[in-house]
Amino acid sequence: MISLANYLLVGGLLFAIGVGGIFLNRKNVIIILMSIELMLLAVNINFVAFSMFLGDVKGQVFAFMILTVAAAEAAIGLAILVTFFRNRGDISVQAANTMKN
Amino acid sequence: MEALIVLLPLMGAIFAMPISKVGGPRAAELMTTILLAIAALLSWITFFQIGFGDGPKETITLLTWISSGAFETAWSVRLDTLTAVMLIVVTTVSALVHTYSIGYMHEDPSRPRFFAYLSLFTFAMLMLVTADDLVQLFFGWEGVGLASYLLIGFWHHKKSANDAAIKAFVMNRVGDVGLALGLMAVFAVFGTVKFDGIFDALDAGVVNPVWTDATVAIDAIRFQFLDRSYPVLELIGVLLFIGAMGKSAQFILHTWLPDAMEGPTPVSALIHAATMVTAGVFLVCRMSDLYHLAPVASGLITFIGATTAIFAATIGLVQTDIKRVIAYSTASQLGYMFFAAGVGGYAQAMFHLTTHAFFKALLFLGAGAVIHFCHHEQDMRKMGGLKEQMPVTFVMMLAGTLAITGVGIPMLYVLGAPFGFAGFVSKDYILTAAYAGSAQGLPFATYAFVLGLIAAVMTAFYSWRLMFLTFDHEWRAPADVRKHPHDVPNTMLGPLIPLAIGAVIAGMEFYKPFVGGGKKDFWEGSLYIEKAAYGETHAKADAKAGAKGDGITHSDTGEADHAAAKPAGEKAKKKDHGAHKYPAWVYWSPFFAMAIGFLGAFFHYRRTDDPLRPGLIRPGGLLYDFLQNRWYIDDLYRVMFLKPAQILARFLWKGGDERTIDGLGPNGLFGLMGDGAKRLVKIQSGYTYHYAFVMLIGLTILLFIILRSAS
Repeated sequence: MISLANYLLVGGLLFAIGVGGIFLNRKNVIIILMSIELMLLAVNINFVAFSMFLGDVKGQVFAFMILTVAAAEAAIGLAILVTFFRNRGDISVQAANTMKN
Repeated sequence: MEALIVLLPLMGAIFAMPISKVGGPRAAELMTTILLAIAALLSWITFFQIGFGDGPKETITLLTWISSGAFETAWSVRLDTLTAVMLIVVTTVSALVHTYSIGYMHEDPSRPRFFAYLSLFTFAMLMLVTADDLVQLFFGWEGVGLASYLLIGFWHHKKSANDAAIKAFVMNRVGDVGLALGLMAVFAVFGTVKFDGIFDALDAGVVNPVWTDATVAIDAIRFQFLDRSYPVLELIGVLLFIGAMGKSAQFILHTWLPDAMEGPTPVSALIHAATMVTAGVFLVCRMSDLYHLAPVASGLITFIGATTAIFAATIGLVQTDIKRVIAYSTASQLGYMFFAAGVGGYAQAMFHLTTHAFFKALLFLGAGAVIHFCHHEQDMRKMGGLKEQMPVTFVMMLAGTLAITGVGIPMLYVLGAPFGFAGFVSKDYILTAAYAGSAQGLPFATYAFVLGLIAAVMTAFYSWRLMFLTFDHEWRAPADVRKHPHDVPNTMLGPLIPLAIGAVIAGMEFYKPFVGGGKKDFWEGSLYIEKAAYGETHAKADAKAGAKGDGITHSDTGEADHAAAKPAGEKAKKKDHGAHKYPAWVYWSPFFAMAIGFLGAFFHYRRTDDPLRPGLIRPGGLLYDFLQNRWYIDDLYRVMFLKPAQILARFLWKGGDERTIDGLGPNGLFGLMGDGAKRLVKIQSGYTYHYAFVMLIGLTILLFIILRSAS
């Protein structure tokens, strides 16, 4: 029998991979976008798991909300990425340090 | 009227600059000179009224200065004979020097400043001599010190002048510490700083010290000073004398005086010959009522005075700078005055002070004329032969030289006065006083007498050497100077005449009142005059000594009590009865000393083709180096005080201030901020993921805390 803890563990792991992907990544902005997607999905797993175990549908409705937001965010993120590439000719994360000083 | 004497120079000092803005430098010169001339005239009137007439002998109080508990001091003009004598000396020489400066300084662009300083000096000096209490005297004392500093450093673009000014100021401060301590001790013991109060208490033998309500016999008081206990009168005497040593350039504290010759020559004549440097002698004479009760302090004065007399004279032998010769001569003559005061001859000291003021100012002003004539050349080796070039100056200087070397005929009296130039009369009386002191067994009196005689030989030698090198033989100056010498204006020659007259007749004229038979009526208690010397006061002294019991152990008043001490008293008594109370050689010895010195100089510098040839004291020799280096005292001070002070100052500057205070203080804080900020800047990397990471960490911690506290 798969318990709630197992689900939460998978969600937590996925979230941690997402966080690590954001911070350990030096090369590509696209990977950041992917990592954000991963974190959102980890949250989704939590929502669905709780929804199942608590017998409440609101969690699954919310998961769909998040999927929608994630899709919109991915679209906006990619759009920004394209503009960023047009401006700088480079999408490596290390080059994006104009906030310094 | 008497207050005007003091205030006129002050007005001159204040208004010299404003008037020069309106009417040019000439207006300032004329105004200060005329004010001083009026002051001099008033002084002479006052002098004759007080000294010879029955003029007012009072104290004019102008206003209260400090009044705090028992401590009171006022601005006042004390009028007694001692003050009157100083008044004529100061104002006369000052007025003549003002006049002289019009000529001497005529090329200097900042003349008004010079005249303002001169008048300021005169004002301070007059405050000093008219003081009715020690605090006003101290004010004047510091005032003349300041004026001296300003005038020595008048040509402040010259580094040597600045150095000399600072040296004079600092050396004087050393002495002033003694004076200030003495002043405080006087107040502590006597409960007043007023002269009258002090003298009355000394007369009565009991004082009312500030620490108690009861009256205490003054001999019973002892003071702790530097871990030793001293009788208070001795201590006060020595402390005040340390002040006098600084101001009067006595041995140990003398080194500033020769360097002070960096100032303009009129300044040397006024301040460093005739007036300011005599302030020490004046102080000792003013406090003579105290000093005659302090035999140890008087012994110290005698010793230091005699040592200075011989010490300065030896250095004067080898100097080639015309002004330095006269400067050392001044220190030497001041030594004479001090040892005269030390052996109890206060009147003789004041007499020599007065005559010395005339002939020394004359010599300085004459030297100034010579220097002016030779394009500000001061080296005597480049002079010579000026007798034909400047005959008036030559005659004047000759009068001054005859006066300082003491030319006269011993034991010959004309109209009741000794026959001779001013210095002859006054110096002989000093030496006689020293001989009298040694007959009474006063400490160091014999030392002073012998050294005084030897110094008289040297005085004659270096004075005539100066005359021969300057005025005799060929002119050794470069051709361009010879072709176009500076003419000496009449404003410079004029002031020499009154001074020369003074140098010739002052001794004979003032002999009777100052030190002769009339001295008691003349001084009228403003000086302590050996009471035993007067038969009529003897009984009074007896009564006083009896009333005090065994109060005073020293001096003739005390000795009069005891039959055993009679011979000493009688010897002193003889002094006044007739002039020939000592062996004839005592009177003739200064004459022979003078003659030996003159002949030495004459054969070495006159009867020769080459006056510059080396004599007994050869350049390169040990003795010459010793004298040329001023007994190595300046070098000794350099090693003893200057170097350690510099090392200490450098340590405090580098280690104390720069490293510790600045290092920890402003620079430390600044560095901390700067370094901290530089480190903090590194956090701002510009990478978005760094910021996000920090946000995440913060969020995690926040959540952790909230959840912990919730559970």
